[in-house]
Amino acid sequence: GAPLRLPLRTGSGPVLLLLLLLLVSVGSAIHDAVSGTNGTNVDPHHQSNSSGTKKPFPVLSFNYDHVRMPFEISLWILLALLMKLGFHIIPRVSHVVPESCLLIVVGLLVGGFIKAIGEEAPILDSKLFFLYLLPPIILDAGYFLPIRAFTENMGTILVFAVVGTLWNSFFIGGMMYGVCQIESAQLGAVDLLSCLHFGCIISAVDPVAVLAVFEEIHIHELLYILVFGESLLNDAVTVVLYHLFEEFSHAGTVTVGDAFLGVICFFVVSLGGIMVGAIYGLLGAFTSRFTSHTRVIEPLFVFLYSYMAYLSAEVFHLSGIMSLIACGVMMRPYVEANISHKSYTTIKYFLKMWSSVSETLIFIFLGVSTVAGPHAWNWTFVIFTVIICLVSRVLGVIGLTYVINKFRIVKLTKKDQFIVAYGGLRGAIAFSLGFLLTNSQVKHMFLTAIITVIFFTVFVQGMTIRPLVELLAVKRKKESKRSINEEIHTQFLDHLLTGIEGICGHYGHHHWKDKLNRFNKTYVKRWLIAGDRSTEPQLISFYNKLEMKQAIMLVESGSGAKLPTTVSAISMQNVQPKEAPRQRVIPTISKSREQEIRKILRANLQNTRQRLRSYSRHDLMIDPFEDNMSEIRFRRQKVEMQRRMSHYLTVPANRQETPPVRKVCFEPEHQVYNYDAIAIESPRGRDSRPTPSSPNDVSLLNESPQKPNQSSTTRAAGDVELRVKTEDEQEEQDQLKLSRCLSDPGPNQEGEGGSSFRS
Amino acid sequence: MGALQSAPGQPEYTDLAEKTGFSFEQIAVLHKRFKQLSHNEETLRRDHFEKIPDLACNPIRAQIIGAFFDKRNYRQNGEGSVEEIGFEEFLVVMSHFRPPSMHFTEEQREGIRREKLRFLFNMHDTDNDGTITLEEYRHVVEELLSRSGALGKETAKSIADAAMLEVASISMGHMEPDEFYEGITFEHFLKLLDGFEIESKMNIRFLNMDTATMFKSKPMDGNEFSSAYIKFSIPSIQQVSPKVNAPFRE
Repeated sequence: GAPLRLPLRTGSGPVLLLLLLLLVSVGSAIHDAVSGTNGTNVDPHHQSNSSGTKKPFPVLSFNYDHVRMPFEISLWILLALLMKLGFHIIPRVSHVVPESCLLIVVGLLVGGFIKAIGEEAPILDSKLFFLYLLPPIILDAGYFLPIRAFTENMGTILVFAVVGTLWNSFFIGGMMYGVCQIESAQLGAVDLLSCLHFGCIISAVDPVAVLAVFEEIHIHELLYILVFGESLLNDAVTVVLYHLFEEFSHAGTVTVGDAFLGVICFFVVSLGGIMVGAIYGLLGAFTSRFTSHTRVIEPLFVFLYSYMAYLSAEVFHLSGIMSLIACGVMMRPYVEANISHKSYTTIKYFLKMWSSVSETLIFIFLGVSTVAGPHAWNWTFVIFTVIICLVSRVLGVIGLTYVINKFRIVKLTKKDQFIVAYGGLRGAIAFSLGFLLTNSQVKHMFLTAIITVIFFTVFVQGMTIRPLVELLAVKRKKESKRSINEEIHTQFLDHLLTGIEGICGHYGHHHWKDKLNRFNKTYVKRWLIAGDRSTEPQLISFYNKLEMKQAIMLVESGSGAKLPTTVSAISMQNVQPKEAPRQRVIPTISKSREQEIRKILRANLQNTRQRLRSYSRHDLMIDPFEDNMSEIRFRRQKVEMQRRMSHYLTVPANRQETPPVRKVCFEPEHQVYNYDAIAIESPRGRDSRPTPSSPNDVSLLNESPQKPNQSSTTRAAGDVELRVKTEDEQEEQDQLKLSRCLSDPGPNQEGEGGSSFRS
Repeated sequence: MGALQSAPGQPEYTDLAEKTGFSFEQIAVLHKRFKQLSHNEETLRRDHFEKIPDLACNPIRAQIIGAFFDKRNYRQNGEGSVEEIGFEEFLVVMSHFRPPSMHFTEEQREGIRREKLRFLFNMHDTDNDGTITLEEYRHVVEELLSRSGALGKETAKSIADAAMLEVASISMGHMEPDEFYEGITFEHFLKLLDGFEIESKMNIRFLNMDTATMFKSKPMDGNEFSSAYIKFSIPSIQQVSPKVNAPFRE
């Protein structure tokens, strides 16, 4: 970002690094000092009491123990965030290397540094990881999961997640056992069960790593949801297999009954996790129905219910990740209908913030733990692990795709398969699971291998996936925003396909989806959504949301830049059918009057802008995931002028005026013509008439509704005779009313208007 | 065309298969369904469609039924509507919902896209004049929102107007204040739904249909559902080893 540019760019990265190392060393030094002088803090006090000698009152005392824990935690988080900041200031590096790699490198450096000064480096504690670092990331992903894509590809995702992970585990485990049998490797101590255990730990695709890498390459939604969905849903398989093998390794023997129980366990774990999540989600939705008077705590309900869902699932050894996802998915449609817009923004931002911090911390700790942990390096084992992981992934994807394609309408191409296989990254979950193994020499070897695989996937695959995506010309994410036309047609298509299925007598996909929707509408929504919104159809909510977004963008981009100028608008008058054939006014008069109107509007606009800036700045936040400032500014101007133009220059008498606001959907390209001193809109903006009954609308300019007034006598510049249409009169009425509303005398309006009218 | 024998043999189907691209099994299954719907008559009329219970709660029912009787969908460049249709027309309309095969070239996919979008366009353009006017578009949105009562009427208008403006902006760039945008032509419609990927979305799985068990005039109960589901989910042999070469076999 341009606004964030610091004076020195190239030197700041290393400077920050040094600064952080300094901070860390300070922390450690303090730690040393404390442990050295622990007793002495208390002693002087006692001594002074017992001996009677008067010591001067300690103006400045030192008590580090008191705040040690939060201090160190904050220091680490600060380190993580400063690093993140640093990377984005050095643009060249961040284009080539994904953030996760850089963070691991930083972790390595910090770990090395800590070890160098003789301290004991902290290790990524499994409890810390699973209870505190992982849930925000999963919740963020689950809450904003693209539901449509997810459910449409659910079958594929499930096959990859379940069957794929099973295949990976057993293949890797089996092959590694075979490798261990090789005499020269001296790995005879490793038995089959341990190998299988190892296999199941290393086989799961990691959601954190996938998110970290895929977010930067912006591929097609289908591929993203396939890999990401797989990484989420394979948690159940991983959990079951892990505990299964753990039990077996304690028990020593495996029977068929045990295997059968394992299968049952899988269903219990996954379905149970989903159920727990769904229950909490419904509770959360229900609670949000009553929060209309205490808006401030609304976001907390979302976070807490989700976290409780995760913890409750973990209590029973169910799949916490699936529970969290289910909770978020279940809760979201109802909660969003109930909460205020500010709460929605808060939720979005907090989730992004927490997940960002978590992710950063995880990668840094991975780096630190690598340096810290006891390692047992065995060339054969490690190399073979890496190779076999890759091979197994590729084989798994190809084999499964072959089967899946028989059932899919949109088949997966070779390119898709390659990306899915290549995107199977391993991450911190594998490391933490490995860390939970019981201590033994074998464990250290396993951990080393796991770390190597993680590093390999994150560094090699993570770094090369972007150029490969470009090389293979894989389809990228659609850049355009969702427009109202697409929404209309999506719904239309849904109904159409359901209808056709009904005609064919074929109860397929769409039929059941339609049934679910109807059930949702009739029963569930009534319980979970407060007030009128429960009966609001989806198209209308979509439309309202869109308008709200545009309204906010309009307000937010309020800092004045030079208004660009364009030619005429496409407004309602272009689209609205006319009742009677228009009488063309003499073009010269029309144009000049337009000029006047535009001048006046510009003046008013500037006043309005000032007003807006003072009123709304503290309420709303700019969405950093939207476009950058300059584009927002331009759009705002477009929007504003378009709105005004269409508001004034249009339309037959029966139009209803309601508090005006918004635009819908912009295209990024625009054409700017130097026509006038005043900005009108650009080709692609368009007007929309607001809905009369939308409680969440932001009414920016509280203009009073203006009635079209047909009488010509009330015109201010009454001394001119014109052949005018009703619309021209209305224009003037409106612009006068507007100026009155804004308490702006409208500089020389009448004088200018009068003089130009005469021409 | 015309009367089909009650037990059509392969020669009849070959003709249809070539025309529509369905496989023989699919045609047989659809033929069974046709006969069920028409109560073994030769032609279907609108009231036959209206009797289908599953369609009853569909907001755009009238337009779907209308599409079957619309001559523009028969790929013969006809216009206007008919009162009854035979099996061939039924099949031709259904063939708009076939997914594109994986082996299609980019051109063929583009052709399929145009065809599907043309179908949608015809559904919107009820007066056959080649453009979707504001009134027609408003009607579309009103139908979509028709289940929401009074709340829908006004909002439907606003939504339709907004959508229309968007189309105008995308297609025309900019216009003078006194120009009038007549309506959405087919080319504009194509441009509008350019990113929509309709060839992946507008598809029905014809593969595993077995109407003998699937068709019910009342909702299925548990037994039927499970048996139908099993039949439905086993990959059918229909798609393997064609008996006769059909050009666009899936």
